Amino acid sequence: MDKRIRGRLWVIGALIVVSIISLVPRNTKQRVIDSSTGRLKDTTVRRLPINLGLDLQGGIHLALEVDQSKGPVPDCADAIQRAERVVRTRIDEFGTTEPVVQIQGRCRLIVELAGEKDPGRAKGVIQRTAFLEFRITDMKSQFKDALPQIDAALRKAGIKSRNAAPSAVAQLFGGDTGKSKSKRDTTSDANAPGVLSSLLFQGQLPGEFLVPEEQWPLVDSLIQRPDVRAQIPRSIELRWGAQAESRSARSYRPLYAVESRPIITGEELTKAVARRDQVTNQSIVTFQLSRRGARIFSQETGRHINDFMAIILDGRVQGEPPVIKNQIGANGQIELGSKPLQEASDLALVLRAGALPAPLTIVDERAISASLGADSIHDGVLAGVVGVVLVIVIMIGYYRIAGALAVAALTLYCLFTLAGLAAFGFTLTLPGMAGFVLSIGIAVDANVLIFERIREELVHGKSLRLAVDEGFLHAMNAIVDSNVSTILTALILYAVGTGPVQGFAITLIIGIIASMVSAIFVVKTLFLIWLNRRPNMVTLSI
Amino acid sequence: MIRLFANANYDFIKWRRWAFSLTGAIMLVGLIFLVTRGVNYSIEFTGGTLVQFEVAHKVPTASIRSALDDAGLSGADIQNFGSDTSYVVRARLGADATQGEAGTQAVADAVARALDRSVGARQYQIMQRQAVGPKVGRELQGKALAAILLSFVVTLIYLAVRFEWRFGLAAVIATAHDIVATIAFISAMHLEVSLIVVGAVLTVVGYSLNDTIIIFDRVRENLRKYRRQNLYEILNLSINETLPRSVLTHGTTIATTLALLILAGEVIRPFAWVMSFGIFTGTFSSIYIAAPVLLWIEKRWPGQDARGARTFGVRAPAGATSPDATRPVPATSSPRAPQPAR
Repeated sequence: MDKRIRGRLWVIGALIVVSIISLVPRNTKQRVIDSSTGRLKDTTVRRLPINLGLDLQGGIHLALEVDQSKGPVPDCADAIQRAERVVRTRIDEFGTTEPVVQIQGRCRLIVELAGEKDPGRAKGVIQRTAFLEFRITDMKSQFKDALPQIDAALRKAGIKSRNAAPSAVAQLFGGDTGKSKSKRDTTSDANAPGVLSSLLFQGQLPGEFLVPEEQWPLVDSLIQRPDVRAQIPRSIELRWGAQAESRSARSYRPLYAVESRPIITGEELTKAVARRDQVTNQSIVTFQLSRRGARIFSQETGRHINDFMAIILDGRVQGEPPVIKNQIGANGQIELGSKPLQEASDLALVLRAGALPAPLTIVDERAISASLGADSIHDGVLAGVVGVVLVIVIMIGYYRIAGALAVAALTLYCLFTLAGLAAFGFTLTLPGMAGFVLSIGIAVDANVLIFERIREELVHGKSLRLAVDEGFLHAMNAIVDSNVSTILTALILYAVGTGPVQGFAITLIIGIIASMVSAIFVVKTLFLIWLNRRPNMVTLSI
Repeated sequence: MIRLFANANYDFIKWRRWAFSLTGAIMLVGLIFLVTRGVNYSIEFTGGTLVQFEVAHKVPTASIRSALDDAGLSGADIQNFGSDTSYVVRARLGADATQGEAGTQAVADAVARALDRSVGARQYQIMQRQAVGPKVGRELQGKALAAILLSFVVTLIYLAVRFEWRFGLAAVIATAHDIVATIAFISAMHLEVSLIVVGAVLTVVGYSLNDTIIIFDRVRENLRKYRRQNLYEILNLSINETLPRSVLTHGTTIATTLALLILAGEVIRPFAWVMSFGIFTGTFSSIYIAAPVLLWIEKRWPGQDARGARTFGVRAPAGATSPDATRPVPATSSPRAPQPAR
């Protein structure tokens, strides 16, 4: 018996420790995209597991608009409406963070995040919903063919090549760069090297060019010029790679010529996971598309077998474009060869994140105060305290010592529930607090059932110990059946509902599980200890 | 020890026709209001107007709030926007806010009137005013309803497995009754349907189902225990036996919701109203809807056993079939003849 109690106490102790740990503010590592370089990097943020909502402590207000700088978006109202849905589901995955996502006017989206004071982090949240697209690289070398005209246009504008290599589109690995440099001196002015083409090295795949890292800003300024843009074929656009690549001890920045029409955008993407293939030991990313997306994607990839597909996030090509091996339907995979798994997970993260129907930019950001006045918050807290005190008074007044044990278990119920909510990154609003107070009132139900059963058994003349055992046993049927059906209801609410309904379902499930653990397991343990301490007890204070 | 209703022996089922009339009346009143006035959705569902303004000197937010309330923009969101003197207000005029430019203009005018009085004319400047869409996705209401209906099916299946299909059907009908009654209550009180209120309705669903199952669990047990009583008597006995528990549990929950209702202020009040009514109707329906409906279903589709719904689940062992000698056999004090015997 003693051993049994000790075992139970260990379990309770472990639960308490885990709960407390999960409620302590902690540093979490996040992989976010650096907005200036487009690279993924680790950032550490210190955050409280349970946040206070916009109504209690305010937060940050961001206004977003469709980014028209990289080409006009014909119907911005429609784009914003679809973006609203995406942003809402992405930043509020479980329906628990209580953000405000709201369309303002026609083409503007308001996003408000609770407790966020740092604009940098808020931007990180928007980056989590970046604009993703898949485009086929320039397979027909249209850009390469247009290079002479571009060079001519630049020459006409009076731009001279500086320390450039002479041969047009030097083969990076074929030609010896040292040799070609020496050739430069001999070239006559008449067939002077192209300003742009001399800066580009042909990459390994069609449409890929490499630019030495230090020339990157120069090339970028060249290709942004209107006269250059006029010469680029209309079906082609240029996109920089996100990461620099090192070849023979030098760092190069890849530039990709890609088709201007994306074959699919991230809006259609539903899932992406990175893993390592056990057989070939390759890193791969598998992804899943929506039904509509799958139809489009299988059509497009069927037409582009053996072509290369650039994965572009917010205008930057992520990693090396993979080759399309066969038609891809709803489920595709991207093979990264022997690259480390970290790179595959980064790509999966990018794929999961990018889902906007159009690129968005932040046009305004401000801190906002709590939407509820201090007086409403004060009233709400007072009502909550009074409600909890009433529960305690009723329980102890009616059930005496047994009631006190139930109240002790209730404090653990609160701890477990809060820890469970923290695991889902909950944001606590004033109505949320009211719901929590109410759940405390409901949580005593299991104990009431058990105590009433014990009383019935005692009235039947059973001994104390037997009455306690039977009381717990007989009450169990009712507790399990009623709680399981409520959990089933909550699961359906979570599966079918959206946003706040899902958040409600999670709260309900966590509350029920916590109340079952505290009312059954914890209270039973306390009863066992109580009975063990007083072996000669004749009447139970219940 | 204090024991409330320890050996209660009330004939609850006798009053079922009165109970049906009462709940029918509530629903009818609610329905009439629902048809004539419609549902009063909050700004979270309808959207409204956003007005941003700056004031010359810092003023207490409370005075702006009361001025807006006077101008008919009650329940507006008022937040400091970037600095102490910059505000953003989200509001709408009345329940039937006109969408479009006219509505936006009307709200902006109302805000201006309120500011004229609280801050003083020329002491403020309206920076922008624009219509804002709903904070909640349009699909929420439809999906919440679909989820509730689907959860009924699942509950039905679960109870059919654990009890018997008649119990499942009765429990689901009682829960559906609670939803309809709560909606009727909301429309009769003309409460603003916000997210909090939707949450309260969902809580009522869980609460009511819970309560019904606890009584049904006792019915299941008593049906095995007392083989000679008919269902009418068993239902009454079970409700009486669970009465102390009902009083205690509903007492604590009502105490907390009343505390919220009286003390928590405007924000929580609709939630507390709906919960208070929900706890009442949840308790009521477990006794007066679920039990009589079970009786009616049993009459309509009798179980294979001659005495009613006793064919479910595990057969009670032979020893348990005789009534427990220590228990008082429930008095069939009802003047009416026992119901389900055929």
